[in-house]
Amino acid sequence: MKDIFVLIEHRRGEMRDVSVEMLCGAAKLGGTVVAVLLGKDVDAFAEKAAGYADKVLYVNDPLFENYNSEAYQKALSALIKEHGPGLVLIGNTAQGVDLAPALAVELGASLLTDITALEMDGDKPKPTRTFYGGKLDAHFTMKDADLYILTVREATFTAEDPSKTGEIVKVDNPVTEDLSYRKFVEYVEPEVGEVDITQSTLLVGVGRGIREDKNMPVVEELAQALGADLAASRAVVDAGWLPSDRQVGISGKTVKPKLYLAVGISGAFQHVTGMKGSEVIVAINKDPDAPIFGIADYGIVDDLFKVVPKLTEKIKELKGA
Amino acid sequence: MNMVVCVKRVPDTAESEVHIDASGKDIDKSRLSFGINECDNYAVEEAIQIKERLGEGTVTVVSLGDKDSDEVIRMALAKGGDEAMRLEDDAFKGGDGLATAKALAAAIKGLEYDIVFTGALADDDGYAVVPAALGELLGVPHATYVKKVEILEPGKRAKVGRELEGGLMEFLEIDLPCVLGIQTGINEPRYASFKGIKQAAKKEIAVKSAADLGLNASEVGEAGSWAVLEKFTPPVVGEMAEILEGEPEETAAKLAAILKEKGLV
Repeated sequence: MKDIFVLIEHRRGEMRDVSVEMLCGAAKLGGTVVAVLLGKDVDAFAEKAAGYADKVLYVNDPLFENYNSEAYQKALSALIKEHGPGLVLIGNTAQGVDLAPALAVELGASLLTDITALEMDGDKPKPTRTFYGGKLDAHFTMKDADLYILTVREATFTAEDPSKTGEIVKVDNPVTEDLSYRKFVEYVEPEVGEVDITQSTLLVGVGRGIREDKNMPVVEELAQALGADLAASRAVVDAGWLPSDRQVGISGKTVKPKLYLAVGISGAFQHVTGMKGSEVIVAINKDPDAPIFGIADYGIVDDLFKVVPKLTEKIKELKGA
Repeated sequence: MNMVVCVKRVPDTAESEVHIDASGKDIDKSRLSFGINECDNYAVEEAIQIKERLGEGTVTVVSLGDKDSDEVIRMALAKGGDEAMRLEDDAFKGGDGLATAKALAAAIKGLEYDIVFTGALADDDGYAVVPAALGELLGVPHATYVKKVEILEPGKRAKVGRELEGGLMEFLEIDLPCVLGIQTGINEPRYASFKGIKQAAKKEIAVKSAADLGLNASEVGEAGSWAVLEKFTPPVVGEMAEILEGEPEETAAKLAAILKEKGLV
């Protein structure tokens, strides 16, 4: 079996969990696991990756201080051509999605993005991923190719304790020409609002099911009765019904309240990632197959506009008693 | 500046039940409503706003799909699009992300463009492949998950903000022409005016086949895809929630009692 490359992802001094997860997952597929690390003075990440990989290819160069698809693509394609792995795993992150499809086109590689499970048939991957916002699993086979590139969703594989002592091989930067078309400028932190929902004990999460701005009082009254803060799915923030600092999920906040009461939220992976650590999860949604019911402790399958006002009433009664 | 916007017609499954059809490889779409892919709607708006800000330029709408996609194309025209092209061929069917990008690239490479806008990902398959793949196929730079676009010098250079995990924004400068994959929330998509809709109804949508674009049937669609969808299954879920049964009055009372018992009320 040919080698498996795993791209280590890091940003501003932190290595992303998906990198270790992919190394652990790759170790179970058979074959030599090679961690590929592009960065500037990230020796600590090279050492960490070595605990999970048979080999670490480490390119230490100022060019890789911050992610840039142009620099990354050029370096990775050179390393892949030189070392000839059969499979490359890249995190299905804002970085991975910006990089992997272009790399696959350049190298004529077979590509599948956002996989959630992986089996191998010899050298050939048999990945699974989701469709329709997590409502279905889609099982794939791949046509014969010399190189397969897969982007891997967070938590597809489980991070384990380090069990290897891979050799760290420092590699000269294969990118010798100046970058021409894309230049990193800066990172800008998200705006801070008046409520920090990561500190909230009780949260009412509002989703697309609320339908219109004018319906917001339905959930505001519930939150008020409970003494909870309001949180939101992406759709509600995009529509401007709640500010962006209330957004829960991959591109928003990660929350762990005692109660997360999800109202009209279907439970797409992007949202669930940000709230699955909540102690008690309750979901109210009219679609019985909504993925949110798969992670909730309690569920009500019904029209939120019928249930939520009743719930607000009952909670007021209990509090009054 | 000349801009191209790629749009896709997709079923709205966010709040609908999804049923696997007899083939096991598709869903029963007979009861679903369809519309423009959510990110694409923002991409259309971004292109039109840039044209309006600069006071010049064109917006060409491109879509891969059958005649039903005309409705989505015409809505983009009604909002301010100038021209439209639809790619239709049996050979395009069943394509993965790369195969779709190949068809789009063949259509766009004959156009004059400064920016190609696409949605960052599609609501149905969620591949998120087209923006970066299309850039590579066209031989121009790309950036995806774009939530801010500022034209620094028309036709030459733009500053774009990419939305990363946790809401962090990464700003970068990119040379034009380029491909930008637009994320939802970048702007406030407008509604088409009545006048716009009337005008759009009269506009011609150029329909192109694989052969028209110089593509061989084996390069695109299912034949041109690396990934082969074998079957759909319902997702494997962990322990399902305890579903509280009854009329709203009862379920609300049951839930309130549970919250009380857990010390949450």
